[in-house]
Amino acid sequence: MYPIVHKQILSPTSKLMIVKAPEVARKASPGQFLIVRVDERGERIPLTIADFDRDAGTVTLVFQELGKSTKLMGTLEVGGGFRDVAGPLGHPSVIDNYGTVVCVAGGVAIAAIYPIARALKQAGCEVISIIGARNRELLFWIDRMEAVSDELTVVTDDGSYGDKALVTEPLKDLMASRAAEIARVYAVGPAPMMKFCSLTTLPYGVPTIVSLNTIMIDGTGMCGGCRVEVGDEVRFVCVDGPSFDGHLVDWDMLIARQDYYRDEEQQSVAHWEEACRLSAALGEV
Amino acid sequence: MPELTIKERLQSSRQKMPTLDPEVRRATFDEVALGYTHEAMILEAERCIQCKDPACVKGCPVRVKIPEFIKALREDDITRAVEEMKERNPMPAICGRVCPQETQCEALCVLGKQGKPVAIGRLERYVGDYEVHHRACPPTIRSAATGKRVAIIGAGPAGLTCASDLAIRGHDVTVFEALHDPGGVLVYGIPEFRLPKFVVQAEIERAVDCLGIDMRLNTIIGRTYTIEELLQEEGYDAVFLGSGAGLPILLRIPGMNLNGVMSANEFLTRVNLMKGYAFPEYDTPVKVGHKIAVIGAGNVAMDAARSALRLGTLRAQAVGGALPEVHIVYRRSEAEVPARREEFEHAREEGIIFDFLVNPVRIHGDEQRAVSGMQVQRMALGEPDASGRRRPMPIPDSEFDMDVDTVIVALGTSPNPVPFNHAAGLERSKWGTVVADEVTGKTNVRPIWAGGDVVTGAATVVSAMGAGQRAAISIDDYLRGAEW
Repeated sequence: MYPIVHKQILSPTSKLMIVKAPEVARKASPGQFLIVRVDERGERIPLTIADFDRDAGTVTLVFQELGKSTKLMGTLEVGGGFRDVAGPLGHPSVIDNYGTVVCVAGGVAIAAIYPIARALKQAGCEVISIIGARNRELLFWIDRMEAVSDELTVVTDDGSYGDKALVTEPLKDLMASRAAEIARVYAVGPAPMMKFCSLTTLPYGVPTIVSLNTIMIDGTGMCGGCRVEVGDEVRFVCVDGPSFDGHLVDWDMLIARQDYYRDEEQQSVAHWEEACRLSAALGEV
Repeated sequence: MPELTIKERLQSSRQKMPTLDPEVRRATFDEVALGYTHEAMILEAERCIQCKDPACVKGCPVRVKIPEFIKALREDDITRAVEEMKERNPMPAICGRVCPQETQCEALCVLGKQGKPVAIGRLERYVGDYEVHHRACPPTIRSAATGKRVAIIGAGPAGLTCASDLAIRGHDVTVFEALHDPGGVLVYGIPEFRLPKFVVQAEIERAVDCLGIDMRLNTIIGRTYTIEELLQEEGYDAVFLGSGAGLPILLRIPGMNLNGVMSANEFLTRVNLMKGYAFPEYDTPVKVGHKIAVIGAGNVAMDAARSALRLGTLRAQAVGGALPEVHIVYRRSEAEVPARREEFEHAREEGIIFDFLVNPVRIHGDEQRAVSGMQVQRMALGEPDASGRRRPMPIPDSEFDMDVDTVIVALGTSPNPVPFNHAAGLERSKWGTVVADEVTGKTNVRPIWAGGDVVTGAATVVSAMGAGQRAAISIDDYLRGAEW
């Protein structure tokens, strides 16, 4: 078992866990992911490595409770743990002193952009960050992002914190005013957000690196479930990615493929909630 | 029972394997072949004429002492049969189920000349099953500890066999496995109805856990550790690479990335490793439509087709709707089908539809980017190609559409380079396989050995086991001071 040593509630739907997994921490780099499994019957869940501490032998995971597996993960507590943690997987983000870079993240992906922004800052880049969420409650790590950014813009869909805007709007303003000095853009978030970030930077020709989060099983190149079309090539997110040139990704195909198991995901949540209700009812008896 | 004459043995008939009724098995993942009864086992064992120079053994990649174990069975001495078996094969319950005996041991059996070879595979399974059901750790004689450490990459048939043999020879063995369960293709590829997972688990326990071999799951060589790190930082004296052929080969035709098109690897991994057939009791879903086309006709294609048939039938029973229609689409003819005969026949009995001499051209999609049909063309067989099989050639203007909503591609696999991408200088073939000596398993880089599908490309469980065994002999020699 891989023990949970710290748990923190970041927002009503996002949780952070620090998990003991020394072999993964030993090799982890920004931009990589790992795969966890809660128990014997669990799915293999790919999650970005939000942070790692080689000395303590721990990795930090941040996840949003969306489907059954992530809801179940949310019920785990310090003292408990995961049956399986495997990684690090995928290629690390390519980090260098590029000059001025923009880091964009939406929602729970703030946790994924953070180690990238930090590494870019450490490499000497001027880091401009844009983070956003649906509302104030879903925002987290503003302080952490501030610490690794030269400029930070925070927006919410409903205007409950920062400007009322989508992250693409400040990005568009930046492109309009300073595209020439921006070496590259890193965008992490839901597929539609990364799609529109890529479309925003495309006319300016600013290289845009996205981190894809597709359906995956093994995470080692075995199943091909994570395949995407990038340019004219079929690539596997797990072994060729997860970072790709956002201007070349076939976004509509990617989004369609992410939705393939939607019905089953709902069925799984319903099945689990029913089981929880039953066991609660039995407990009362 | 009075001793039979040779003539009586030659004339005896092969004992049939009892199987679940095809109607029943369409709707269950329970095992199809039920195994011999004690009576059938004795009758079958009696058929062996105990050749002085047994040909059957030469057909076996691990050289099982076939006449010896069958003689022990005939004398109803199961303990001795197990011992004779285990001298060469640590996993008889698995091999008895999945080996292509008709092209190996049984193909060379003297009784085969009349078309009725001794059912060596079924007897082997009987021996294996006895141990699976009756014994915990068997007594093993181990050589004195050598203090040498060997890293085995991949807990599939090649790696497990190599690990077991090296542990018996006194070495300290660690197996690194990327997935969360050991077994490799035995757990992610071969379905429950052909190879129950409790059998795999039990044989791995006896072959590996009983010998104190350290099994490190969730450890991806090439990511968590590189081969170089194992040798230089982690203190291993030798490495055996048995990482298999895990990379799916996909078709290069339009529509391959539509929803509803899957590699057989993905489909079978969802079904087998993740137990998708038990969704939502298990969390990983697997879905098939109502009209399924499986491309290819090897064992993996049969496994995929029969799994899809079961999933569709179980769904129809649970929530109604039409029974599934499952096609195997193969560009050659029935004579060239590469699957084991038994799998092919089981598939046919269960109602899989075989479309021979048909090749996919493109997959059609709807507005949701899901499969809505498949254009195929008819083929004819021309002159033999490099593989010795007649080359399929498209018949002009023979295209037609098949009404399908799911396409599973089972056209083979190639080695996954992740484990050895970082191993500088390791020689590879143009097919992406690792080059290793056929007898010793040595690669061009000391001290790295390789064997199984990573060297041969997708082959059989038992040929991988044979490679693991031969490499173990070479590794043992090396660790005891022989020259590289």
